[in-house]
Amino acid sequence: MLDEIQKRLLREVADLHEIPEGAYNIRSNSASAGRRSTANIEITSKTDVSGLVIRIRPGTKNESVHIPVVLTESGLEETVYNDFYIGADADVVIVAGCGIDNCGPKDSRHDGVHRFFLERGARVRYVEKHYGSGTGAGKRILNPVTEVYQKENSFCEMEMVQIKGVDDTHRSTIAKLDAGAKLLVRERLMTHGEQKATSTYNVELNGAGSGADVVSRSVARDESYQKFDAKLIGNAPCSGHTECDSIIMDHGTILAVPGLEANHVDAALVHEAAIGKIAGEQIVKLMTLGLTEQEAEEQIINGFLQ
Amino acid sequence: MLELKDLSFSVAEGDGQKEILQHVDLVIPDRELVVVTGPNGGGKSTLARLIAGVERPTGGKIYFHGEDITDRSITERARLGIAFAFQQPVRFKGIRVQDLLRLASGKPLAPSDACDYLSRVGLCARDYLEREVNASLSGGELKRIEIASVLARGAALSIFDEPEAGIDLWSFQNLIEAFARMRDEIADSSIIVISHQERILEIADHIVVIRDGAVDRFGARDEVLPSLIGTASAVESCRKGAVGREERLDA
Repeated sequence: MLDEIQKRLLREVADLHEIPEGAYNIRSNSASAGRRSTANIEITSKTDVSGLVIRIRPGTKNESVHIPVVLTESGLEETVYNDFYIGADADVVIVAGCGIDNCGPKDSRHDGVHRFFLERGARVRYVEKHYGSGTGAGKRILNPVTEVYQKENSFCEMEMVQIKGVDDTHRSTIAKLDAGAKLLVRERLMTHGEQKATSTYNVELNGAGSGADVVSRSVARDESYQKFDAKLIGNAPCSGHTECDSIIMDHGTILAVPGLEANHVDAALVHEAAIGKIAGEQIVKLMTLGLTEQEAEEQIINGFLQ
Repeated sequence: MLELKDLSFSVAEGDGQKEILQHVDLVIPDRELVVVTGPNGGGKSTLARLIAGVERPTGGKIYFHGEDITDRSITERARLGIAFAFQQPVRFKGIRVQDLLRLASGKPLAPSDACDYLSRVGLCARDYLEREVNASLSGGELKRIEIASVLARGAALSIFDEPEAGIDLWSFQNLIEAFARMRDEIADSSIIVISHQERILEIADHIVVIRDGAVDRFGARDEVLPSLIGTASAVESCRKGAVGREERLDA
């Protein structure tokens, strides 16, 4: 059974209030706290390493998989390997996410290695939220590795959110796209205190007509550090766009590293990066609506990270 | 009632000070719509910004309902009931039109009420509530949303800085109707509009002419307006302001 802290973490990372509909696996302190496969979605445990194999039958429509993870034992460190096989023309939502509550002195760490294999015409919407809480001296560390392999005309949309409480993150995402495949990434990140977050992308556009759009919106407050390193490689007639749009506050540091590599004359690649503080006139406008300076800042950041 | 006493504002320029407003005395009565006009660069926008608290005067006092608000912050003035529509509205990534209207109204806002504010400025509400107040909006759309945000405040004193700037000719008619309706529904509040437009001057109770940083004239509409007709302080909508300025605002 899940205790109240674990339930709260689940609400934060997966919007889960009850046992979800459809297929799910809830991992709590390195053990499965519940699992369900469905007729079209099969979840099994790996035998060689810790992790899951999730197989989604071709043609599966409008089904979802939830695989949230919660950690509440201080000092727990784990690496989990989850593989998703998404059959041709399936259309599914996958909700992952990890919440760590660390009230103890030792670091707690969850490294999730997720590999996605999308067959022809498969469509996936992937949502991943990270959240940390707890007042212990131990750090809350999450190092997600995401690999996406997309066959012809598949579509993958990834929403990755980390707004609060995670001390250290190194996010690494690689993707390889065949002809006509599309990848859409929306990353939202807020760091505060002494937190460090780095995010690297390496997206190979290998097939004609493939396309990728990687957009990061982030806010760095206090003394926190962020690095966004997005590389797109165009090996075919393709289109790629990366964007890093950041608000810097207090004594934060943000490093945006644009990387575009075109190996084909018809590869159209664009990078945009903007880092700046909140525009003074935005704060003034909201103050004329009756908000205090601090409330105005909060509204602007909330909107920015929506 | 708003009262400006001996209000001055100057900025540092080179070695000296540049006087923007000098010794302005002015009373804006309750239940009135007052239009402030006068040549460009005369200090009209500065006057509005001083009243809203966006700028602080270098001399003089501002009284609102008898209370000295000269040292009050923008937020405090807003909470006392002063609303301000910017001449060049601000864009926000991620804040939707309905969020802005909700923040302006200061309470949960029913979609029907939000729609009402937008239709009063000539926008088809359904198309706009979910839109972000960002660069995807044209200068004219942004301007009308700015005006709607002031309507949503329901403030005791509403200040509009050149509401017609950036609005196309077709919408201009809507805008005039919106201001005429504000005048009709003014109740105990008051409205200041900075404008050169004859059609807006025509609905004023009092008109103030600001020239070279000072009050040049102040009087009832019927006393002041006839002498302004045909000058740059009271132009017909087809001559100035409306269309030509949209380009500038969007640029």
